[in-house]
Amino acid sequence: MPDSKLDLLQGTLDLMVLQTLAAMGTQHGYGIARRIEQVSGNEVLLNQGTIYASLVRLQQRGWIEGEWGTSDNNRKAKFYSITRRGRKQLAEDAAYWQRLSAVMGRVLAMEPEGGER
Amino acid sequence: MKDRIRQSWNRVRASFLRGALDQELDAEMASHLDMAIEDNLRRGMTPEEARRQALAHFGGVQQARERQREARGLPFLDVLGQDLRFTFRTLRRDLAFTIVAVLILALGIGANVAVFSVVNAILLRPLPFPQPDRLVRIVEKTGGTNESGKTYTADATQDFQQQNRSFQSVSGYFAFTGPDNFKLIGNGQPLPATGILVAENFFQTLAVEPALGRLFRPEEFVKHAQPVVLLSYPYWKRQFHSDRSIVGRTVNYNNTSVTVIGVLPDTFDFGSVFSPGARIDLFAPYIMDDFRNDGNDLALVGRLKPGVTLAAAQREADEIFPRLLFEHTHPEFKPEYTARLTVLKDYVSGKLRRSLIILWCAVGLILLIVCVNLSSLLLVRAAARSKEFAMRSALGAGRVRLVRQLLTETLVLSGAGALLGFGLAYALTSWLAHQGSIALPLLSTARVDGTVLVWTLLVAVVAAILFGLAPGLRIAGGNLQEILKDTGHGASEGRKHDRLRSALVITEVALACVLLVGAGLLLRSFLKVLDVDLGFEPSRAAAISVDVDSGGNAAKQAAMWQNVVSRVSALPGVEAAGISDNLPMSRNRGWGIAAKGEAQRPDSPHIGVFVYIISPGYLKAMGMRLVRGRDVTWDDLANNRNVVIINQAVARQLWPGRDPVGRMANTGGADARVIGVIEDVRQSGAEDSTGTQEYLPATKQFGPEGVNLVIRSKLPPSALAMTVMRVLRQINPGQPATEFKPIQALVDHATSPRRFLTLLVSIFATLGLTLAALGIYGVIAYTVTRRTQEIGIRMALGASRGRVQRSVLLRTMRLVAIGLVMGSAVSFGVSRAIASLLFGTQPNDAVTYAGMAVLLLGVALLAGYLPARRASRIDPIIALRTN
Repeated sequence: MPDSKLDLLQGTLDLMVLQTLAAMGTQHGYGIARRIEQVSGNEVLLNQGTIYASLVRLQQRGWIEGEWGTSDNNRKAKFYSITRRGRKQLAEDAAYWQRLSAVMGRVLAMEPEGGER
Repeated sequence: MKDRIRQSWNRVRASFLRGALDQELDAEMASHLDMAIEDNLRRGMTPEEARRQALAHFGGVQQARERQREARGLPFLDVLGQDLRFTFRTLRRDLAFTIVAVLILALGIGANVAVFSVVNAILLRPLPFPQPDRLVRIVEKTGGTNESGKTYTADATQDFQQQNRSFQSVSGYFAFTGPDNFKLIGNGQPLPATGILVAENFFQTLAVEPALGRLFRPEEFVKHAQPVVLLSYPYWKRQFHSDRSIVGRTVNYNNTSVTVIGVLPDTFDFGSVFSPGARIDLFAPYIMDDFRNDGNDLALVGRLKPGVTLAAAQREADEIFPRLLFEHTHPEFKPEYTARLTVLKDYVSGKLRRSLIILWCAVGLILLIVCVNLSSLLLVRAAARSKEFAMRSALGAGRVRLVRQLLTETLVLSGAGALLGFGLAYALTSWLAHQGSIALPLLSTARVDGTVLVWTLLVAVVAAILFGLAPGLRIAGGNLQEILKDTGHGASEGRKHDRLRSALVITEVALACVLLVGAGLLLRSFLKVLDVDLGFEPSRAAAISVDVDSGGNAAKQAAMWQNVVSRVSALPGVEAAGISDNLPMSRNRGWGIAAKGEAQRPDSPHIGVFVYIISPGYLKAMGMRLVRGRDVTWDDLANNRNVVIINQAVARQLWPGRDPVGRMANTGGADARVIGVIEDVRQSGAEDSTGTQEYLPATKQFGPEGVNLVIRSKLPPSALAMTVMRVLRQINPGQPATEFKPIQALVDHATSPRRFLTLLVSIFATLGLTLAALGIYGVIAYTVTRRTQEIGIRMALGASRGRVQRSVLLRTMRLVAIGLVMGSAVSFGVSRAIASLLFGTQPNDAVTYAGMAVLLLGVALLAGYLPARRASRIDPIIALRTN
């Protein structure tokens, strides 16, 4: 099984979900998925269904909480909200990602220097 | 970190909440889709388009579900669940195979676990006392089988207690207690009980704490002390219905008021440690002053001081014991004591070590045979299923996955076998633990405990690996695609696998061969033991303990004995009756006897003899044979004549080449005339040497122990019990309600360890033989099935039925012959290891080997005959057409 690739994707999605919940407050699965699509400018081709694996994982780690409730248009849905520990985790992960992407940016911005060695 | 642990915990929890979590997820996803559709409709799509778009965005409901399950649960467990479900399905489909396999495994594992629980109880587990390795048994170095030679006098014991520096405490017990020596006198009939006298600090030495009440106090070991008893736990439960208020109350034993001071704990079983097979009901103080002049009667146990080694204690004992006195009042008696110190545990079970290890090896062999058998069964199955495996492989199952599946199957089989076997072992062990008739120490403590459970698991896993290995490797190593292409009838396909299967059959035969030789040798030894001339006839004789308390009056005692014997002898059906204070192969006691000096001949030195106090008629009732002289008579008793009957061994030693009858001897501190000589009697067991014995008429009162009335009759003891008991009650209304014990039971008790070993090894050998036969049958039958076509061709080409049958049988016999040769070679080595357990049988006993070979060949012939017959019945036309 191509575990490593999946892990990276999972990690990314998990972080997106955490950030979305931190920004939007309580939200249901569909709402989170829509929000991520909108924010990413539909650049991320997200299979909305995959969000549920992410949600259950975050929930089991105690970073988010889920509760059944009723939506604005009177539909039953499970609403998620970020926990205190989730916020802490988000802060750590976000810092990590920013550092990583900064480094990645610098590395990728490297100009070819010409000549071997 | 904490979050990871939380997650793992939640994952485990989730895998048990599958149903509920799946439902919740479904509801969540349904609501998700509904919201998406609603949004799409709002954007102006048609209902179908809205739904299609929503589903497309969602991206596969089933995949999302699978992913979420994987994320939340334990994928490993799910695979295991799949494997298990599949295993159960395949095993159920092949029910006959499953049942046979599980049964075979259950027998193998059950036998192993049962034997282990016995070995564990007797050899491995420490004695049930605190710091048992500090407990030491002190025994004469040249004790032999004579109990008096293993014991010490009260004076010697006290001197040693005072002089030694190695022991924290030394204590002992009265070694010559017979069963039913106490009678509990209550409202109804007196009830017999068995009590043992223990010296001061006996329980403190063993570090046994009472369950109720207290232990004996020093002042209770003084002459004329207020009599007290401690009860054993089972006796307290049985006789006093676990009444806690019994402590402190007085009870009437032997017409004396005795205070019950406590109850010993359930874990303390005196019999199982010190006197295998004996049931001890109560304990009373051994008051030294009462036994000063009674000779050696204390069996000694000591607890070493911390830090003192056994060797150091032995050195000290070697110094002290030779200078100990027999009696302080008679410093001229020279007992020449010695002492060998043995750790109590080794003393109790050391002699059994070899037998038990043999037994352990025998069940180990059984397990091996079981594994070989199952391995060959599974190989046959694997061959039949090779197409299935190839198909699954072609459909995308990895090799690891296939082997894993196969492994699950073997583990499930061995697990089921272990479960059933554990049940068998449990039943067998609790049955064995309650066999009072088997004189093995600590056997009563055998039980299925945690250690045994761990052992079962170990055995099951090892078995699964052993029998699953060959088929597993076959699958892992074989080229599955080739198999799929192959029709399975190619002649070349078989060769390699045939060789593997043949090797398994040969192994099985060789293993069975070793078991059979071992069992054969033990069985022949056992038969030899049964055949030994005991010097008396146990059949048709029975003994009952009789209470003839004459209050120490010799004349009155003689009269009472005569009354009992003559009235019982007169009963219809009774051939002979007589009384003795002691029976052969039960407790024993030794005195000295010497030939009195005659003209120019000084007194001979004393030699040790077993002493039996008898009445007229006893020798006849026991079936002992007088070779010279006469039996004692009532006249001898009435007139207090000092006469003695000796056995041939004594005659040979004291009066070599001369007729001892009429000569004078000195024994028991008095002179006595020899009036008769009897044939030697095996006094302590059929396997022990006969030793020296003397028989004195009952002219003295001997101890508080009861005496035995022995009756020889054609009628079964139960038919006589009523009338005999009525006679005894008429003579002594206080006669307790004792039961007849066949003399044969004494002999059986003495031979029971050997019978136990022989019986178990024989059962295992039979099991091994059956399994080997099954294995041979299985392999040959499979070969015949696979070669149906080939046989058909041969027959079409003119091979006769007889020839086909012969060729199959020949193949069988060839395998068995190889196994037999290998097995015999191994047996030859193994039998040397059990040589010390044999009796009158050589380890390379030709009869045993020949018998084993004939038996194995016969069984193999039978196992091979069935498939051979089937082979010869093959119709060439049908065989050739079915391809």
